[in-house]
Amino acid sequence: MSAEPVLSVRDLVVEIPTRGGLLRPVDRVSYDIGAGEILGVVGESGAGKSMTGNAVIGLLDRPARITSGEIWLNGERIDQLSMRELRKRRGKQIGMVFQDPLTSLNPLIPIGQQLTETIREHLPVTAAEARQRAIRSLEEVGIPAAAERIDSYPFEFSGGMRQRVVIALALCAEPSLVIADEPTTALDVSVQAQIIALLKRLCRERGTAVMLVTHDMGVIAETADRVAVMYAGRLAELGPVREVLTEPHHPYTSGLMGSTPLASKGQPRLHQIPGSMPRLGALPDGCAFNPRCPKAQDKCRQNPEPRIGPADPRAACWFPLGETA
Amino acid sequence: MSLVSIQNLTRVFDVSKPWLNRVIERLPKRYLTAVSDVSFDIPAKTTYALVGESGSGKSTIGKMVVGLLPPSEGGVTINGIDLAIETDDDKIESVRSDIQMIFQDPYASLNPRWRVRDIIQEPVVARGGKATGLAERLLEQVGLTASDADKFPHEFSGGQRQRICVARALASEPKLIVCDEPTSALDVSVQAQVLNLMSDLKDEFGLTYLFISHDLTVVQHMADRIGVLYLGRLVEEASPDALFDAPQHPYTQMLLEAAPRMDGFGREVEPPKGEIPDPIDPPSGCAFHPRCPMAVAKCSAERPALKTVGESRVACWVAQGDT
Amino acid sequence: MTDLPQSPDTPIAVKKPSRLQEIWASDFLWQFRRSPVAMVSFAVVMLLVLSAVFAPLIAPHDPFNPATLNLMNGFTPPGEANMFTQDTFFLGTDDQGRDVFSTILYGMRISLFVGFAAVLLAMVIGITLGLIAGYVGGWTETIIMRVADVQLTFPAILVAMLIFGIAKGFTPPEYRDQMAIWVLILAIGLSDWVQFARVVRGATLVEKSKEYVQAAKLIGRTPFAIMLRHILPNVLSPVLVIATISLALAIIAEATLSFLGVGAPPTQPSLGTLIRIGQGFLFSGEWWILLFPSITLLALALSVNLLGDWLRDALNPKLR
Ligand SMILES: Nc1ncnc2c1ncn2[C@@H]1O[C@H](COP(=O)(O)OP(=O)(O)OP(=O)(O)O)[C@@H](O)[C@H]1O
Ligand SMILES: Nc1ncnc2c1ncn2[C@@H]1O[C@H](COP(=O)(O)OP(=O)(O)OP(=O)(O)O)[C@@H](O)[C@H]1O
Ligand code: SF4
Ligand SMILES: [Mg+2]
Ligand SMILES: [Mg+2]
Repeated sequence: MSAEPVLSVRDLVVEIPTRGGLLRPVDRVSYDIGAGEILGVVGESGAGKSMTGNAVIGLLDRPARITSGEIWLNGERIDQLSMRELRKRRGKQIGMVFQDPLTSLNPLIPIGQQLTETIREHLPVTAAEARQRAIRSLEEVGIPAAAERIDSYPFEFSGGMRQRVVIALALCAEPSLVIADEPTTALDVSVQAQIIALLKRLCRERGTAVMLVTHDMGVIAETADRVAVMYAGRLAELGPVREVLTEPHHPYTSGLMGSTPLASKGQPRLHQIPGSMPRLGALPDGCAFNPRCPKAQDKCRQNPEPRIGPADPRAACWFPLGETA
Repeated sequence: MSLVSIQNLTRVFDVSKPWLNRVIERLPKRYLTAVSDVSFDIPAKTTYALVGESGSGKSTIGKMVVGLLPPSEGGVTINGIDLAIETDDDKIESVRSDIQMIFQDPYASLNPRWRVRDIIQEPVVARGGKATGLAERLLEQVGLTASDADKFPHEFSGGQRQRICVARALASEPKLIVCDEPTSALDVSVQAQVLNLMSDLKDEFGLTYLFISHDLTVVQHMADRIGVLYLGRLVEEASPDALFDAPQHPYTQMLLEAAPRMDGFGREVEPPKGEIPDPIDPPSGCAFHPRCPMAVAKCSAERPALKTVGESRVACWVAQGDT
Repeated sequence: MTDLPQSPDTPIAVKKPSRLQEIWASDFLWQFRRSPVAMVSFAVVMLLVLSAVFAPLIAPHDPFNPATLNLMNGFTPPGEANMFTQDTFFLGTDDQGRDVFSTILYGMRISLFVGFAAVLLAMVIGITLGLIAGYVGGWTETIIMRVADVQLTFPAILVAMLIFGIAKGFTPPEYRDQMAIWVLILAIGLSDWVQFARVVRGATLVEKSKEYVQAAKLIGRTPFAIMLRHILPNVLSPVLVIATISLALAIIAEATLSFLGVGAPPTQPSLGTLIRIGQGFLFSGEWWILLFPSITLLALALSVNLLGDWLRDALNPKLR
């Protein structure tokens, strides 16, 4: 990745003021995504995966808000833009795919109209051209007889087909970045395989940068180029997918990989990480993982873990595995 | 002897529109066959797993086994007693207390207004049994603490709630526990904890599990025998080793191929064709034939029966070598 | 089972707060303390309810004791001394020399009693029918809900008047005044159950499909036990909201009926009766006989209603 990254996030902090104090669902997170690259984001429920994605699109629900850090998209700083400016970027420069295809589609409008409206909002084309483009994008995502089905309503499609329509909608204005938040979690294995293959193919063909949020390690392994592992709002590890998954540096990544049934094949019991992820309001001092970490020492309990930056270590850990130091 | 024996189990749902709409729009009645002619046995102290995609009838079978749904045809016998036809109340009672169920959603399966103690002890108290100290003992057994008995469910995380469900299921000292996707709502690291707990308890109490899941890796880890369902029918039944090393049915092969692999870096597979057909109007012959890469003419004409091939049972003309 | 993890609790030991602190710090009270509208309306309601309950202690006069009444005191304006007796009355007196402040306190007792009792009746009927309709389903549900729909097409006050008329027809004339209050309660209660039934049915349908109900069925619990012990506690929070708003409506319904002369008799005047009596004197210049009971009714109904509105928002997790 010598070229300028499409998306560049630096020390992003999202805070939520609550009665119990200030919560930080995203705590100084930094990463880049280059053109044509797929960055996988994994972590337990509540780790802050969706929040990170939503912060980039400017879709944070109040009272959550970005309190510091920078977000750069194609060389332009977007974290301080107004809602109106951001809405313009959404769709044109950033496409979105969410878990539940029904929430991303308006149930009362035919899919064709939703597509043409999005296209015309962002590209200078006539209505007829937009319709042609819409049909073409439906064909691209593998909807059979697209020209006939373009005037159907979302409920007339199955779950898998709907998710294809959502992908068509996200990609129709040819954005340079796609944020896909658990795009296949609600789908069956066979349909999931189809959707993932589709996403991969389209992004490779167009050089789109993709942020793929999921909790399925298998999907990450097969799809992502690099992977970011999140824990309690922080980045635990960030690196090329093969290296992170096969030789994890962070004890949490290692525990996560070990606890999948496949990793313990042939053994009567699964490897397990003791305890559970702490709630945001009750984070321990020092490294957030220290109470569950087999390698934790006093240093981990007293000092916040080192942060991951573009040039910094792969794992946010004082005593990374696989390194003699 | 088998603890559970399932014979030609079938369940049909009436999914017609309301009577008035049918009359006005001249629509016929519509029936959905959720489970069709399923037979298998579960030997005592083993784990039988059912896998299949959404809508394949896994939960419907589970509900019929525990007696929450009556079968349309066929039956379930547990310890030689069929709940649906047995008339002796004592026998029904004894079978009932031998069966428990753990559900998928740890947030919906605990009554939010009840204290954990009352939730755990309900199966015993409802039968007029004495339950002093039972909840505390069970809570410790599932890795929580006795003082948790006074709390309400909302004070626990998803994994902890699922432990409470397990404790409740154990309260009446059952022999069979039907687990309907017990870890699907949990993260992998929490899933590992719950699965380990379930294996430990199985050994300790000599439990028998009917384990329902759509996650092949979980099933491979837990099961002694696996049944694969497609559109309400059992298409293959085998031991985990046989199933994962040499799947016989093209659908099983497709499922295994499509499942994402942790070591499948950059794997490019041709994704499976098509989607599950409408269960109200399933394809003729072998229901899988429109998506099957090996289908022959016979497949769309005649339905293959489940037949023993080697160690497994398969319902496929090609696998049975009968084309 | 040797290496089962310890209870995956938060690693930091927290001192357990006392029960009282827990209640004070609960989300519910926290929201209450942040809402001035809720606090003011709660204060007004409490003030009015308490002064009604303790009316015999607070009221300077007993308006129903003819021995203490002096006809000469009639039509004394508020705060001024009577021409003949030199007595002063805080809110003035009516035509019979009764102290308006005292009649309001006693009138509020009747209004509140009728309101609470009617809502309670409506609640019991509505919850029962709603639970049964939602849980049992089928024909039972169809019948209950169609009856409810039909009743809903008529204005509640009309239904109440109808029931009031029928019930009155059945009471022997000599008991009519005595029974009027109870008939009123019956009429308002029966005209108001539909809302409860609808909401409870809806909530029951949602709860019924949850897995904890399946789990209870599985161990052989009877439908009655499931409805009562499992579902009922989970459908009560919307009921609470409706009950509060219904209370405001019931108080107004009672006042309307009494104002129309079909409610509380003049021997047991409620706020509505007082307003009806006062209305006769408005144009002869004795405005206070009408104004003060009306203000009280308005304050009572409004503050109860505001409290209900706040409760609805506070109990709705989506709006948080
Ligand atoms: N309004 C709020 N008040 C307090 N905490 C909140 C609020 N909204 C979100 N959070 C917290 O923010 C954290 C991050 O949530 P996020 O949705 O990003 O998690 P996630 O990693 O996407 O999880 P999942 O896998 O469940 O989707 C969670 O711990 C959540 O509890
Ligand atoms: N009460 C019902 N009425 C009508 N149809 C039903 C009913 N219950 C289940 N079905 C249908 O029966 C089929 C099998 O459903 P079932 O819930 O057993 O599937 P499943 O394998 O458990 O799927 P999932 O993985 O989604 O839980 C589905 O097509 C479903 O729509
Ligand atoms: S019977 Fe035919 S269609 Fe069915 S799985 Fe076997 S080969 Fe495929
Ligand atoms: Mg999320
Ligand atoms: Mg199911």
